[in-house]
Amino acid sequence: MNSFFKRRYIIQGIFILVALVLLGKLFYIQVIDDRYKLSADNNVLRKLIIYPARGIILDRHEKVLVQNEPVYDLMVIPGQVSKMDTLEFCSLINMTKENFDKAFKKARNYSVYKASLFQKQLSATTYAAFQEKLFEYPGFFVQNRSVRYYPDSCAAQFLGYIGEVNDREIEKYDGFYSQGDYIGKTGIEKSYENLLRGQRGVRNIMVDVHNREQGSFFDGKYDTTAVSGDRLISSLDKKLQLFGEQLMKNKIGSVVAIEPATGEILASISSPSYDPNLMVGRQRGNNYMKFLENPYKPMFIRPIQAEYPPGSIFKVINALVAQQMGLITEDTYFNCPGGYRYGKRGFMGCTHVHGTINLEKSIEESCNTYYGNTYHRMIDQAGMRPVNAYTRWRNAVMKFGIGTELGIDLPAERDGLIPTADYYTKIFHNDKWTSSFNISLSIGQGELGITPLQMANVMAIVANRGYFYKPHLIKAIGEKKIIKKEYTQKNYAGIDQKYFEPVVEGMSNVVNSPSGTAYFSKISDIEICGKTGTVQNPHGKDHSVFVAFAPRNNPKIAIAVVVENAGFGATWSAPIASLMIEEYLRDSITRPQYYIDRILKTNLLPEIKKPILKPVVKKDSSNKKTSLMVSATIAKIKENE
Amino acid sequence: MNNQNRSFFFNVDWLTIILFLCLLAIGWFNINAAVYNDDQPLFTLASNSGKQLIFIIVAIVVGIVILLLDSKFFYTFSPIFYGITILLLMAVLVVGRNVGGNQAWIPIGSFRLQPSEFAKWATSLLLARQLSTMNSKISDLKTVIPTLAILSFPVLLIILQPDAGSALVFTSLIFVLYREGLPTYYLIAGLMMVILFIFTLLYSKLFVIVALLILLSLLIYSFRKNQKIIVSFVIGFVLSTLFVFSVDFVYKNILKPHQKVRIDLILGIVKDPRGAGYNVNQSKIAIGSGGLTGKGYLQGTQTKFNFVPEQSTDFIFCTIGEEWGFVGSVVVVGLYLFLLLRIIFLAERQRSTFNRVYGYAVACIIFCHFFVNIAMTIGLMPVIGIPLPFISYGGSSLVSFTILLFILIKLDSTRMGVV
Repeated sequence: MNSFFKRRYIIQGIFILVALVLLGKLFYIQVIDDRYKLSADNNVLRKLIIYPARGIILDRHEKVLVQNEPVYDLMVIPGQVSKMDTLEFCSLINMTKENFDKAFKKARNYSVYKASLFQKQLSATTYAAFQEKLFEYPGFFVQNRSVRYYPDSCAAQFLGYIGEVNDREIEKYDGFYSQGDYIGKTGIEKSYENLLRGQRGVRNIMVDVHNREQGSFFDGKYDTTAVSGDRLISSLDKKLQLFGEQLMKNKIGSVVAIEPATGEILASISSPSYDPNLMVGRQRGNNYMKFLENPYKPMFIRPIQAEYPPGSIFKVINALVAQQMGLITEDTYFNCPGGYRYGKRGFMGCTHVHGTINLEKSIEESCNTYYGNTYHRMIDQAGMRPVNAYTRWRNAVMKFGIGTELGIDLPAERDGLIPTADYYTKIFHNDKWTSSFNISLSIGQGELGITPLQMANVMAIVANRGYFYKPHLIKAIGEKKIIKKEYTQKNYAGIDQKYFEPVVEGMSNVVNSPSGTAYFSKISDIEICGKTGTVQNPHGKDHSVFVAFAPRNNPKIAIAVVVENAGFGATWSAPIASLMIEEYLRDSITRPQYYIDRILKTNLLPEIKKPILKPVVKKDSSNKKTSLMVSATIAKIKENE
Repeated sequence: MNNQNRSFFFNVDWLTIILFLCLLAIGWFNINAAVYNDDQPLFTLASNSGKQLIFIIVAIVVGIVILLLDSKFFYTFSPIFYGITILLLMAVLVVGRNVGGNQAWIPIGSFRLQPSEFAKWATSLLLARQLSTMNSKISDLKTVIPTLAILSFPVLLIILQPDAGSALVFTSLIFVLYREGLPTYYLIAGLMMVILFIFTLLYSKLFVIVALLILLSLLIYSFRKNQKIIVSFVIGFVLSTLFVFSVDFVYKNILKPHQKVRIDLILGIVKDPRGAGYNVNQSKIAIGSGGLTGKGYLQGTQTKFNFVPEQSTDFIFCTIGEEWGFVGSVVVVGLYLFLLLRIIFLAERQRSTFNRVYGYAVACIIFCHFFVNIAMTIGLMPVIGIPLPFISYGGSSLVSFTILLFILIKLDSTRMGVV
């Protein structure tokens, strides 16, 4: 024992202190700090999201409109990526070094520990080649999912498209979606999103440091299976839809056909359209921009978004409303001297000098004078102040489902427009105005806005002699064939059945009488009741409008056709409507080929100075069908040029 | 003689042996967990755990042999052991196998001998013998120079391998010198040099000098009445400043790039995702994910799926931390602390200086390994590849630690005799 004996305590003290420091740090990282548990889970756990098959959409005869095709998304967990041969990697997945750096930076900014999408939709061939070498790149893995495929490329705007969720949508649906997920952006895809998307499943697997699968986590205790989205049965008739799209090629406009007995939309054509397959795949973004820049606006859903003054077809509504008000009867005669005089110097010209003319003839020959007088009675001679009479008239007219959205199962439907009395009072500066101030409403011109869907729906009302079902595109959901309740309820237009007969008779004559405006569109053995319209267009040639239903008794189809910049309703719209009706009712066309060719071969697109940009063709050889359809689209656009 | 034999088992410190066996058992079970694979049978001799079992048996046999030797043997033969070790350390530089940048192993058959492991007890023995000679006073130059020589020889040879970790272990012997009378300020000066060295490289020299100035003014202020101490503080400051400048100068102008990189890596200045940084990160994740009670034996995902490198050797503590949690950590750290305090207790009850010095050397070496290894796995120290005594996989390490400890147990068992 020497004099430094006490130093043993210092040394012991140091040993104890060091042990306590170690235990302190161990306590901190093992018990207090949770970060390491998360990192450990991220090291070994891969949550593989099993994307359910999105619900498919069929037409009314259960033919496929939209189905799914498998693709492979490349995912990355940046924290696990180690030194790798970037160049070889890039060449494997056909990516440039710059894009690689960009994508990697983006993923790292999102999260170092969570998986994020690195490159979406590898083709089957790329995936096959890449899969062999996947183990060389820890941190990368492939997730399988499917994309939409449209076998006949029809009804693009109505089916809509899906796209990656944006930040706003992630927030809106409160955590249901995460970055890289797909969501319906427009059309049926959007309005039936919560049915189509199905339920996602999760498979938890463990991987080792080399990213090799090591079996399932807790024997799959936390796994969930994916449930496919519901199958939707559309009311569309694919054959009729395709036929209509053909007819409307190289024209701007809409065709809407409704089954009056149910409100089911049989065909809905918005022209020009686009190939829905171009809104799928890697080139989607580029194509989308090209569609937006296209001066003919293929993304514009004309049947529900384009508003036109209805023109002469509005006479049908005025005839019915005036009868219901008791202001005219089928025997009411007016004299047509070739126009209608109103106010002090006002004159509204008519197509012909009709002389003395009754209700039925006024429809058949589309007499403006008759409706000038009728409107005058409704507004000025209704036993109340014209301002109030106008409001009463407006309410009656709006019962036909115009001036407010019909509630179709598509997003972004427009209301249309029937101006309020206040609107006119404002322009007139006081409320002492009379029918002379807005006499053009009598013949459907002026400040009116009606969508083609609303026009077709008016025809459904006439076909049903007084009521309609809300038009809709989906007639059955899933295996149980349920449908939304609002589409099974009758809506009455407030017109007694008896008042329809003279109007229907007049409409029948429009097509079937040699003196009718649309006699050219008559079909033997099918009694079409229709009404032509020509919409004044301040920007160019008038728009051609035709509405109809057929057959006269027990109608099966109500239709509205609008062709922009095409002149008279009888010239273009009526033949198109008549072909559509025959195609639907007979399943074949009896008219000679030249009759169809005249429509198919005519280009009614207004001239645009700017050159049209071509859509980018998907280079992926795996999808030859798409490429073919793309070339068809290019051919279409070339024709336009 | 007969009497001595009978008392043999009573004289051996069984507590130390039990602690030793506990650590061996913990080591084997965790090595088995680290190499465990669902696809393979639990046990084969080809696996690390199988080999470790052989090493354990060898170690126990070696331990028993040591206990059967005459205790004078170690005192007498310490220069021989030392000499052999030095020769082996030289030989390893010539014939050694280079593994992971270190030329530390001499291949013998299917096993590899690591001379630096044996240098630890051989040096300790000679150091003990040197300090136990009559009239040795650690403040005398006559004692200091041979002592330093005994320590420097193996350290220099090990640095040449280069194996900084093993060399570092020898610096822990400063506690032995301290216990034997090394003036306290050497301990403080040594500590200061380490701190200044690290800080100068981690931060700028200006920062370190400003920090020193602040420290100096605080010290002068608090000891303002004692002029003598102030003078020594000022001298200390000047020396420290000179040291900082020389470290900076040597680092920037004399060291070659690859040497700088090595220092940078040790100090964590350069983060190499595949190297030190990756290891420590994965090691912390493994230990941290263990939580309070751990994931259970063979349930550690991080170690089982090879996220932690070197998991049966230098990073064996990860398996313990992950599968046994904080409770396991406490048990292991507690066992080491208990063992260390027991060794100091044993050292202090020795009558001869030789035994005591040797006991302290054993404590210091085990302490240094224990501290550096665990501190490295939890990110308190840079990655320095030295094993965890008795637990880490490896024959040379296990056998040499056993020799180190059992020599002390043998010396202790005959402490009553005259040396």
